[in-house]
Amino acid sequence: MLCLKFIKTYKGVNMEINARKEKGIQIVSVKGRIDAITAPEFENNLSELISKGERTFLIDLSGLEYISSAGLRSILTSAKKLKEEKGELCFTGLQGPVEEVFKISGFHSIFKIFESEIVALNSLSNA
Amino acid sequence: MPETISVSSQIKLPANIQNLRQFINFASDNARQQGFDQKRIKEIELATEETIVNILNYAYRDVIGDIEITCKTENNEKFIIEIVDSGIPFDPLSVKEPDIHGEISEREVGGLGVFLMRKLMDDVHYRRDENKNILTLIVSKMHIDKEQR
Repeated sequence: MLCLKFIKTYKGVNMEINARKEKGIQIVSVKGRIDAITAPEFENNLSELISKGERTFLIDLSGLEYISSAGLRSILTSAKKLKEEKGELCFTGLQGPVEEVFKISGFHSIFKIFESEIVALNSLSNA
Repeated sequence: MPETISVSSQIKLPANIQNLRQFINFASDNARQQGFDQKRIKEIELATEETIVNILNYAYRDVIGDIEITCKTENNEKFIIEIVDSGIPFDPLSVKEPDIHGEISEREVGGLGVFLMRKLMDDVHYRRDENKNILTLIVSKMHIDKEQR
């Protein structure tokens, strides 16, 4: 059996980030809130993983209850960085207000969004 | 019918990022008391955050001051959040709408805050009065009333 353990990379009062790698895909799960206070920490976490050589990211937002434009900005900044390195940022677990904010901002059309992690892993690892 | 405006509550705190959550919680607590559902409350939180962050970044970029938020209802039809600062004149509604159709490389980082706020609120007004920026977020209560009937 594959090791499915998450590595807790960050835990604050309002946001928690867990990361694990599977089938060559860097899975990052974010819980809580990405707002103007927590967005820099989220961006730093992605930035570190990118500088360690990770290129294909699946961000799981199923535990995210809130995202503001500061969070969208950190996502876009990371996506631009990854694109330069021929990497990619994909999403799964969109729901509620987070999904609504993605739709309004046009993020639905610039990012690959998967209905589940299994579907994402199958599609991304065969790419 | 005369307009009945009832002020529910008010908060005034120094304008800094450490107080962001207090401002947001104030708005969301008031929204909850009005009976809005969880989704609408999150949208109200977002509009409040975007307003506060803009004030910090622009109106109070070079000066310090306070931000005052007042929550009130009008004729029990509208929930109104008035956000006031004494910084330099800054009208967030004058900010150009971002192009939301480009590719990742074409998309500009920023400009989404005001855009989201305008999309999510039923109405947003700005006015400059007595050296203050006054931004008003208006949320219709019609939807709640319908559900309760």
